[in-house]
Amino acid sequence: MSEPTNRSPESKCCAVEVDQLTRKFGDFTAVDAISLKVEYGEIFGFLGANGAGKTTAIRMLCGLLLPTSGGGKVAGFDVANQPEMIKKSIGYMSQKFSLYPDLTGLENLEFYGAAYGLSPERIKARIGQLTERLDLSGFLKELSGSLPIGWRQRLALAASLLHQPKILFLDEPTGGVDPVFRRRFWSILYELADEGVAIFVTTHYMDEAEYCGRVSIMHRGRIIEQGKPFELIKASGFDNLEEMFVSLIMEREAVRA
Amino acid sequence: MAFLTIDNLSKSYGETKALIDFSLEVEPAEIYALVGPDGAGKTTMIRILCGLLGPDKGATTIGGFDVGRSFDQIKPLLGYMPQQFSLYPDLSVEENLTFYAGLYGLTGQAYRDKRDYLYEFSNLAPFAKRRASALSGGMKQKLALSCALIHDPKILILDEPTTGVDPLSRRQFWEILLQLKSQGVAVLVSTPYMDEVARCDRACFIFGGRKLSEGKPEELAAQFEGSIYYFNSQPTAPLISDLNGIAGLSASRFGAGMHLYLKPGDQIDRYYDAIRAAGADTGEISPIKPGLEDRFIQLMEASR
Repeated sequence: MSEPTNRSPESKCCAVEVDQLTRKFGDFTAVDAISLKVEYGEIFGFLGANGAGKTTAIRMLCGLLLPTSGGGKVAGFDVANQPEMIKKSIGYMSQKFSLYPDLTGLENLEFYGAAYGLSPERIKARIGQLTERLDLSGFLKELSGSLPIGWRQRLALAASLLHQPKILFLDEPTGGVDPVFRRRFWSILYELADEGVAIFVTTHYMDEAEYCGRVSIMHRGRIIEQGKPFELIKASGFDNLEEMFVSLIMEREAVRA
Repeated sequence: MAFLTIDNLSKSYGETKALIDFSLEVEPAEIYALVGPDGAGKTTMIRILCGLLGPDKGATTIGGFDVGRSFDQIKPLLGYMPQQFSLYPDLSVEENLTFYAGLYGLTGQAYRDKRDYLYEFSNLAPFAKRRASALSGGMKQKLALSCALIHDPKILILDEPTTGVDPLSRRQFWEILLQLKSQGVAVLVSTPYMDEVARCDRACFIFGGRKLSEGKPEELAAQFEGSIYYFNSQPTAPLISDLNGIAGLSASRFGAGMHLYLKPGDQIDRYYDAIRAAGADTGEISPIKPGLEDRFIQLMEASR
């Protein structure tokens, strides 16, 4: 178990602040001493190839997995000692598992509202607000499994926002979504960020990563690059983040080989 | 004659018109992309081409054979990889390959040669004994592609093959497609990802069952009307709203900055004073080459 980190004066401003966060599984170090700071209102892209350690890192940040060493705070709660409080304070949406296909959109939202422990009145009010905001009214009565993927994703986003989290974790939120839907989805994310929500996004699509305010690139458990997309691209000399990312990872792999 | 031809194809589901007088051709050794939003008609077209669905009207041919009438002749020519992972999760990598080879009557040494060749492509040999369900997303897609290639098809039809696959695996997947192309295979692929479209020889934007535009990727991107600039300044909501209030200019947040859009023939310099008056810091404004996605969205907005 890790030492609780010292609360620095600016730690209140940060949605996520972790230092030397590490997770081992036996001899394998999945996350190797990463340090991160994400502010409220910021959209932070978390990039890396499969097996880079992103999922393990996110599970720790969401309070689903305890660190082996290192630590820090998410939403003001300690990742090592207060995972239950973290779980209640964040919203989480994954492309892969989010909605029950055999329930309607409305039923899914009611289910998630209850799972978050909201009162029936509150659930009703929040569903009303989110329906208007995310333009869900046209498909709340349909079975979620029969909806086009873009709508399903907006519904899943609504489910993750029911309890008004100040931090939102989005795990590959727009996989398979067409560009028009994707742009609309991002304009919603920008609105949320303007209201002070910190948004933590993983994506495999580097053109999408360019929508983030800041990104980090993870490789073999470590963060090897971090910064504003525009500035990273400029400094690298490549045309876009995709070229930069692939060459960076290949270079590292070549060094190992 | 093109290897795949679609001539005035139409298909409705009740009142919904999925395809309207759609025509396209794919040549041998050509990679052709279908790009469109959900419900544009891409999957309907692919199902018709694979003999899974009959059209209301129009003709389609593959290798000179009519898809409606001579599908038995087409089967050996066609490899198809559906959107959903469709292999047997409880079979190993090798068992899946053996199974598909068996369906096409490929056995013995001929099968083993083909298997080894596909392993060379896919780098899946070390995972031959692993169950398909335990593969990563990228490896699953490579296995599905290997199964679709087991009978040496002359045309490959792929429905969003790389959804959920990481960037390195996606790149490897596309390298395999380029190798196939160099061997003369025609490829028709639907994808929502513009970086993949950029790797194709030709592409068409499809919406509402119609073809909106067709050409080489660079030609499609160059059809963007107007110009785009990146404004490297803090993208606050009030600033964006003020910028959008300037007649002739349109602004949207993009990452840590903003995109500014101008109409064709307009010049950015004439807006500098107004932008400064909006209270923006003097962040740099630099031109951006409009991409496929910009043009795609412009077309979508125009056709709504």
